[in-house]
Amino acid sequence: MSNVPADLRYAKSHEWLKPASDGTATVGITDYAQNSLGDITYVQLPKVGTVFAAGQVFGVVESVKAASDLYLPVAGEVIEVNTALDSAPETVNQDAYGAGWILKLKLTAPDSVNGLLDAAAYEKAIA
Amino acid sequence: MSELKRTPLRDFHAAHGARLVDFAGWEMPVQYRSILEEHKAVRRTAGLFDVSHMGEVDVKGPEALRFLNNLVTNDVAKLFPGRVLYSPMCYPNGGVVDDLLVYMRAPEDYFLCINAGNIDKDIAWILEQAKGFDVQITDRSDDYALLAVQGPTAVAIVQSLTGAKLDRIGYYHFAEGTVAGIQCLISRTGYTGEDGFELYHPAGDAVSLAEAIVKAGAAHGLELTGLGARDSLRLEAGYPLYGHEITADISPLTAGLGWTVKLAKEAGFIGRDALLAEKTNGAANKVVFFKTGDRRIVRADTPVLGVDGMVVGKVLSGTLSPVLNEAIGSALVTTAASAGPLSVDIRGTLINLQLVKPPFVELKKPSS
Repeated sequence: MSNVPADLRYAKSHEWLKPASDGTATVGITDYAQNSLGDITYVQLPKVGTVFAAGQVFGVVESVKAASDLYLPVAGEVIEVNTALDSAPETVNQDAYGAGWILKLKLTAPDSVNGLLDAAAYEKAIA
Repeated sequence: MSELKRTPLRDFHAAHGARLVDFAGWEMPVQYRSILEEHKAVRRTAGLFDVSHMGEVDVKGPEALRFLNNLVTNDVAKLFPGRVLYSPMCYPNGGVVDDLLVYMRAPEDYFLCINAGNIDKDIAWILEQAKGFDVQITDRSDDYALLAVQGPTAVAIVQSLTGAKLDRIGYYHFAEGTVAGIQCLISRTGYTGEDGFELYHPAGDAVSLAEAIVKAGAAHGLELTGLGARDSLRLEAGYPLYGHEITADISPLTAGLGWTVKLAKEAGFIGRDALLAEKTNGAANKVVFFKTGDRRIVRADTPVLGVDGMVVGKVLSGTLSPVLNEAIGSALVTTAASAGPLSVDIRGTLINLQLVKPPFVELKKPSS
């Protein structure tokens, strides 16, 4: 049974997003995604300052099995990336919603978060 | 989707938390908790693999030796009771039908272990080649289950379950005996590059044997290990896998398995003329092994680039070496380009392939 925290928003492509009150958000991949991928061996991070549209590929997560594109759930500018994943990508397996976060974003339109799935809808999507 | 075949241990795997996948038509455990951790456990202590999907074939009769020596490229005449031989089995054009193990139980009594995905093809091929020879070929694949205990503590684990004197069984030798009270062919072989045993036993006894090994192995750090770790272990050891480093299009000589091709065998063998020509004229392509110094896995079929950026081949196998913590792999490249430099393009990043003579890590196999 996958862990789906109630306070996060989700994309169907298995990224999670945690909005903050200052118009920024933290993004990672879900517990379901890390479990499906298996041992994560590499995370390709975007450059800070890059502006992405909603649904755009912002990076790649590789496991022993496969390489999978990462899609940004909403539009925004990358303000920070988790460089600790360069040397310890397995952190995504170990703590997908905590130390395994991937990037922080300045949202282009903070309201766009409302268009994402809530925990109940995401649980249904992966059931 | 056709129904997947199951080994007698399918429910045992599920009960132990395995992730089961379709492997060559078989529902097999790819991993239990982590491929990387299972891999390291085999190098550090021991792992238990279910390889019951492999095929087994009895070859018996007055002309068994003559038939087998015509069938495979290595020299079966070197065998004696209790000795095992690794050999490719080739088509007339030198391509590989399969690679297999030949066990000699007694004069006129041999036993083959063949790859799971090739069982039907191999049996048909072997029966076709047997015409005119006084031999009986019997597919025993459904009768046997096969468990592999591999790693530095494998001997201690298996020894705790058997009265057979394991220290007298050399590498690529075998004995018949009981393990945990179950009749086994105890073979000091494996495909991980570690010391260990492969235990052929009646399919109906597989769960009992697996449970006994897990129990005995607990004190020796044994872990259940899946096919994911088996693949990274064999690649780290530099062993070929059928369908990757050897195929119907990649001969044993191209694959660097010249030591298994006995061109001087008196009576010849299937594929000899083609392999002799390849040896004489030089092969067009060569299988090379590489590491990258980078964690990005270079996956099978990735084009390999030569000195001028032209495509000179393709990747055959690629994984992350959990021991080296970098990507390793094999590639088929033109002989002219095989000395390098070689590179691959991974999503816009050019990564240099550092050519390596395998094994990638120091192996601790016993002497034969």
